[in-house]
Amino acid sequence: MTSPLAALFLREWRVARRIGGSGAMGVVFFLTLVAIVPFAVGPDPNLLARVGPAILWIAALLATLLCLDRLFQADAEDGSLDLFHLAETPLELAVLIKCAAHWAATGLPLVVAAPFLGLMLQQETMALLGVVATLLVGTPALTLIGAIGAAATVTVRRGGLLMALLVLPLTIPVLIFGVSAAQAASGGTVPFYAPFAILCAITLAALALCPFAAAAALRYLGE
Amino acid sequence: MRLCVDKLSVSRGGRLVLDRLSFSLFAGQALVVTGPNGAGKSTLLRALAGLLPRAGGGVALEGGAPEAELAQQAHYLAHSDGMKSALTVEENLDFWSRYLAQAPDRRSRSVDDALGVVGLGHVAAAPFGVLSAGQKRRAALARLLVAFRPLWLLDEPLTALDRASREKFAVAMRDHCALGGLIVAATHEPLGLEEASTLALGGAS
Repeated sequence: MTSPLAALFLREWRVARRIGGSGAMGVVFFLTLVAIVPFAVGPDPNLLARVGPAILWIAALLATLLCLDRLFQADAEDGSLDLFHLAETPLELAVLIKCAAHWAATGLPLVVAAPFLGLMLQQETMALLGVVATLLVGTPALTLIGAIGAAATVTVRRGGLLMALLVLPLTIPVLIFGVSAAQAASGGTVPFYAPFAILCAITLAALALCPFAAAAALRYLGE
Repeated sequence: MRLCVDKLSVSRGGRLVLDRLSFSLFAGQALVVTGPNGAGKSTLLRALAGLLPRAGGGVALEGGAPEAELAQQAHYLAHSDGMKSALTVEENLDFWSRYLAQAPDRRSRSVDDALGVVGLGHVAAAPFGVLSAGQKRRAALARLLVAFRPLWLLDEPLTALDRASREKFAVAMRDHCALGGLIVAATHEPLGLEEASTLALGGAS
């Protein structure tokens, strides 16, 4: 654990897990969103079973965005961002590590919590597995795409709302293929692997492109 | 090692803050940048660190590590400390020592050692957020010691420091110069470095 990247991961992980960090907040928000849905759409088991994967996905998307707005802003305020520019580690790599640590601290707990919340939405075993698999593959893409928005709004005070406006349209493909794969897992005419493979492809593309876009935004706005 | 600043121009918000500024600084020397508010002291330091785009001219560190940019051989200390309030002082410094010092250098001090120099050994395990303003500043100064980088760019380093801490920091700066380091500091107050040369930036022009 002596390399600079491991040190950065550890720092981000600790900040997210400590009091005031975003780790627990995301899960609680996720839980709250899913819990209020039956009150809104009614307790009909068939209806809940049908819309369940979509509800879980939307809740995961919003919970991810809620936690992301401080990803770079906190570093800009306490001066760490200036120091990242001065390090030998490229900014792109630092962005990638920050996203990885952020996902491990906030995205992964959502994936773990999803099957328990799925039970509240009348999901069968196959549907639960489908939701967990798609969230596991899809939430890293949400974090990475959100990082672009977080970087672009780093100098905006209370930029969380603006970030959501910028990022939500970009996450539509993830949402479409995530939900269709999750629904296909519990039956239907579409095979599971077709939308799931596209979801994997979106995540890999985000992994390759988003760190560069976010780092470019940070460089430009840092001036 | 020599820091060469050649006809450096920097504009901010359409106004030319620094106009063809030239100076050079040799290893072991310190330069104090003075001038009224708005004279461009912070702008100069940020431009040297590569955090601001240059409108013209060049900055080079001759004789430093090959293949390393100037920014990677410089410490930049401004008004913000670069520390996370939720982490302890030790965790913060440990992170920066690993992140800013890529290759082990015998001139880098250990975290314990650096905390001893700034007199913060007793609060090493306390969260950074609970420290007083002066203690936070001292922790930020300790960051300069845990990863050796030859060029120190200091923007008002003495803010919130008491007299004893200023004297300790003056000793640390002299040690850094003795190790062949260079210091460029913008300040309104005497740094305690008698041998430092002075660069006076003009008023708002």
